[in-house]
Amino acid sequence: MAAIEVNGKSYEVDEEGYLEDLTTWVPEIADVMAGIDDTKLDENHWEVINFLREYYEEYQIAPAVRVLTKAIGKKLGKDKGNSKYLYELFPYGPGKQACKYAGLPKPTGCV
Amino acid sequence: MSDAKKFMYINRKAPYGTIYAWESLEVVLIGAAFDQEVSLAFVDDGVYQLMKGQDTSEVGIKNFSPTYSALGDYDVNKIYIEKESLEARGLTLDDLQHLVWEDEDEDWAEKDSIRVVTSAELAELFDTQDIVLSF
Repeated sequence: MAAIEVNGKSYEVDEEGYLEDLTTWVPEIADVMAGIDDTKLDENHWEVINFLREYYEEYQIAPAVRVLTKAIGKKLGKDKGNSKYLYELFPYGPGKQACKYAGLPKPTGCV
Repeated sequence: MSDAKKFMYINRKAPYGTIYAWESLEVVLIGAAFDQEVSLAFVDDGVYQLMKGQDTSEVGIKNFSPTYSALGDYDVNKIYIEKESLEARGLTLDDLQHLVWEDEDEDWAEKDSIRVVTSAELAELFDTQDIVLSF
């Protein structure tokens, strides 16, 4: 089992780097995971990450990219609710990468 | 898409005794990414899947009932409940979750997703589908 170190504490992740136990998530985990991908999180990243966590809390699933894009557009405005914007923030795929940082499982249907 | 097919998913089983209900929901969510015309039917014990106030804390299984509320986001907004199945179990629409979808073309107006239909009406609906999957 792989693990990542955050503030001296070890967190188990699966072979693709997703957190095994989403209840253990703390924001610093996202920063460390982003560091591994050579990314530095700014407030725009956090808007999406926090949105995903709220979505999961309410619906118990990580939304598909299409659903995420539409919902972000509704909540944060059309200039952010498009794939170009989201892919610039999360070049590995807004669903996969942002969900990983948010401590959520990979979106349903994402391969 | 011009070659969109009409998919109907029939849900017949209670939510937690078997894996069918959750598997069906996952297939629906995955399939929704492919821009097909999707509808869901809940019949027999399947109507229990949409019950309000589900609590799975004592059976050790994730309560996935909140996920049905996400169906609207996935443009799955044709959800049929068989009237006879509800009545046979002493249930009414008020016992079920209120599922809605938001119509982007009408300034996100909320619209009901659930329709109660008779067994005969459901049979006609089945007849109009390209693909029917039973869970």
